Amino acid sequence: MTHRTMQFKIYRYDPDKDAKPYLQDIAVELDSTDRKLLDAMVKLKAKDDSLSFRRSCREGVCGSDALNINGKNGLACLTDLKDLPGTVVLRPLPGLPIIRDLIVDMTQFFKQYHSIKPYLINNDPPPETERLQTPEERDELNGLYECILCACCSTACPSFWWNPDKYVGPAGLLQAYRFIADTRDQATSERLDNLEDPYRLFRCHSIMNCVDACPKNLNPMRAIGKIKDAMVRRAV
Amino acid sequence: MKITQRTFDAVIVGAGGAGLRAALQLSESGLKTAVITKVFPTRSHTVAAQGGVAASLGNSEEDHWHWHMYDTVKGSDWLGDQDAIEFMCRKANEVVIELEHYGMPFDRTDAGKIYQRPFGGHMSNFGEKPVRRSCAAADRTGHAMLHALYQRNVRANTQFFVEWMALDLIRDADGEVLGVTALEMETGEIVAFQSKATIFATGGAGRIYYSSTNAFINTGDGLGMAARAGIPLEDMEFWQFHPTGVAGAGVLITEGVRGEGGILRNSAGERFMERYAPNAKDLASRDVVSRAMVTEINEGRGCGPNKDYVLLDITHLDPKVIMQRLPGIHEISIQFAGTDPIKEPIPVVPTCHYQMGGIPTNYSGQVVAPRGSSMSVAVPGFYAAGECACASVHGANRLGTNSLLDLLVFGKSAGETAVEDVRKSVKAHKPLPQEAIDRTLARINRLDTQKDGADVHQARLAMQRTMQNHCGVFRFADKLKEGVSKILDVQKDVERAEIRDKSQVFNTARIEALELENLIEVAVSTMISAEARKESRGAHVRDDAPDTPEHPNGRDDVNWLKHSLWFKEGNRLDYKSVKLTPLTVDTIELKKRAY
Repeated sequence: MTHRTMQFKIYRYDPDKDAKPYLQDIAVELDSTDRKLLDAMVKLKAKDDSLSFRRSCREGVCGSDALNINGKNGLACLTDLKDLPGTVVLRPLPGLPIIRDLIVDMTQFFKQYHSIKPYLINNDPPPETERLQTPEERDELNGLYECILCACCSTACPSFWWNPDKYVGPAGLLQAYRFIADTRDQATSERLDNLEDPYRLFRCHSIMNCVDACPKNLNPMRAIGKIKDAMVRRAV
Repeated sequence: MKITQRTFDAVIVGAGGAGLRAALQLSESGLKTAVITKVFPTRSHTVAAQGGVAASLGNSEEDHWHWHMYDTVKGSDWLGDQDAIEFMCRKANEVVIELEHYGMPFDRTDAGKIYQRPFGGHMSNFGEKPVRRSCAAADRTGHAMLHALYQRNVRANTQFFVEWMALDLIRDADGEVLGVTALEMETGEIVAFQSKATIFATGGAGRIYYSSTNAFINTGDGLGMAARAGIPLEDMEFWQFHPTGVAGAGVLITEGVRGEGGILRNSAGERFMERYAPNAKDLASRDVVSRAMVTEINEGRGCGPNKDYVLLDITHLDPKVIMQRLPGIHEISIQFAGTDPIKEPIPVVPTCHYQMGGIPTNYSGQVVAPRGSSMSVAVPGFYAAGECACASVHGANRLGTNSLLDLLVFGKSAGETAVEDVRKSVKAHKPLPQEAIDRTLARINRLDTQKDGADVHQARLAMQRTMQNHCGVFRFADKLKEGVSKILDVQKDVERAEIRDKSQVFNTARIEALELENLIEVAVSTMISAEARKESRGAHVRDDAPDTPEHPNGRDDVNWLKHSLWFKEGNRLDYKSVKLTPLTVDTIELKKRAY
């Protein structure tokens, strides 16, 4: 892979100067040390400093550099260059308003995350020591707490595209279940009430794009299924 | 020019662990608080911490805060201030338990308590043998912690200014800090934030080096702002090189891997740490392990085609343990080293990781600077916590898991002190001096109008290469001297850096140029402080200060048991004494450091 040239088509839009968006054709010479798409994007930015995108940790834990890569959502820092075709099309995450180039306005996404009360609710006076939890109870949080809020899942979800203001979306629902599943949390019933609505939870039609899109291999659809199960259980 | 002004009781810059912990203190006390952050809070670099947070909970075996204090003083090579270290170690259990109550998903012991693992330099009974002190959530402790802290702030209704970059500290003629200027990235608007308390929690600046575990955003913004406002930077020569960065990629592999039983091996397959640290072996402190690794590589026992890395081996561990306790490492290793650590060892090299120095503070989180005949007088209205601050608890070398503890303890104490100070002050906000605002506007204007300037990317690269080649794991008197003149040349380029993007909307080229102006202050202060310190201590090891009977490990306590203070103006250095007297216990006496 030494000195391979890679062609890019990148969605560009600067509201300060562009009447409308366009796809920029740009190429970059890769070194053998360039492994990830983000490495190539940093090189592209050195060539054209106006290319705008978010990035931070470059190791898949901060969730900044989510974008749409050849039609599929993913993190630039976890996407191997060797797996990409000769021409790579980069677009912003779909379904959210665009601020500039690959940078989307995530207000709606975070609003939905905040709507599920993403914090532990336990109204007992805190004990002197930790609240106890068995290893098995703690294991219930695996596959949930690791979410990095990158929005790859929610912005791959047609239900979220249609109703971003009403449907919580897979990322928010995954976190809703993270607190329902936590034995230390006392607000399960309140949390279920908060989701029992034609839109907030039940717009999930098991399309499974979320599972396919998650760069951390989490499964929001399974969590959504478990929330639905909990609702059924409390109804009978 | 007049700019928009916003007024708060308190302004916090940075929303990593320290900023979020301080924010809780302020929000829950009902003060009007703004948190300014370059990135959405959960994207801050605390998220990348892996192995754990230290607290002598004793959940798996006997432990004591006094032992933790001893280890931290010894780890610091006696450069840490013993009052601050006692404060931190005594507070550890309280802040970790609080975090658990906030919902942090710690791993658990069979008894349901917080899981603890061994970590480098943490020993029982004053240095006897490794102890389980690191409280962990798998190998994603920082992620779990940052999210728990953010979530608690959502509950507390903290007001965030997300994707705003603080630009300059606003100080009046008396030296009082009155707030900051900041840039809203989305619109390009510059706003003055007026506050009675300004808390910096801006994190580290590992991006001054070419090879770093740090995120792109770790650009020392707080240090740059403080330095430009006349505040000295303390102990900047002390940078931690983490032993296990993925070779080539720089991505961190937690010391928790060795805590769970991982072993470092050279090209002969030898567990070489047995020779360098017969007692603690692979769990010696980081400076010791990094130097051992570089020595192995320099002496031809490195691995790979270029013999330029060593191997971190966990193939002997039960795959179930790896997937339970080190799932993130498994993922990182496959992603960035191209090896499955269950089957093959991971190629690793020492990589720049953490800044022990920073903005000088006391253990209450107040920023302190020389004034009159005293070397440490609180700067009114100014506080700092976390990696950007130097309390100093890490001295010349930080122990693993003490950084997450530092940001919890000092985030909280800075917050508490700020709340007290704001409540005590009955006066109205002081008016903001126009000169301070003009200085920010001049910087922005310079960037917007610079012609035929230096390229930001190239200048940054020149800085990173200079730091890497002249101020690394081992330091050489002649290379340091040369490094000083080289880095001052780079600084001239940075002062005339040019950006082509002139847009007002989310101009990341402008952000990178402004970040570089902060990074270069950190780089210059590091090189100058390192060149001047003519001894070896902790992470600062020089060829002209070797291990001798008179100066064990090259340490010279007669002349150099003191903190460096670098001032931007004239690149002047001054020194202040180390606080050897703890709060309640006896001084931990100086002795030769061995593991």
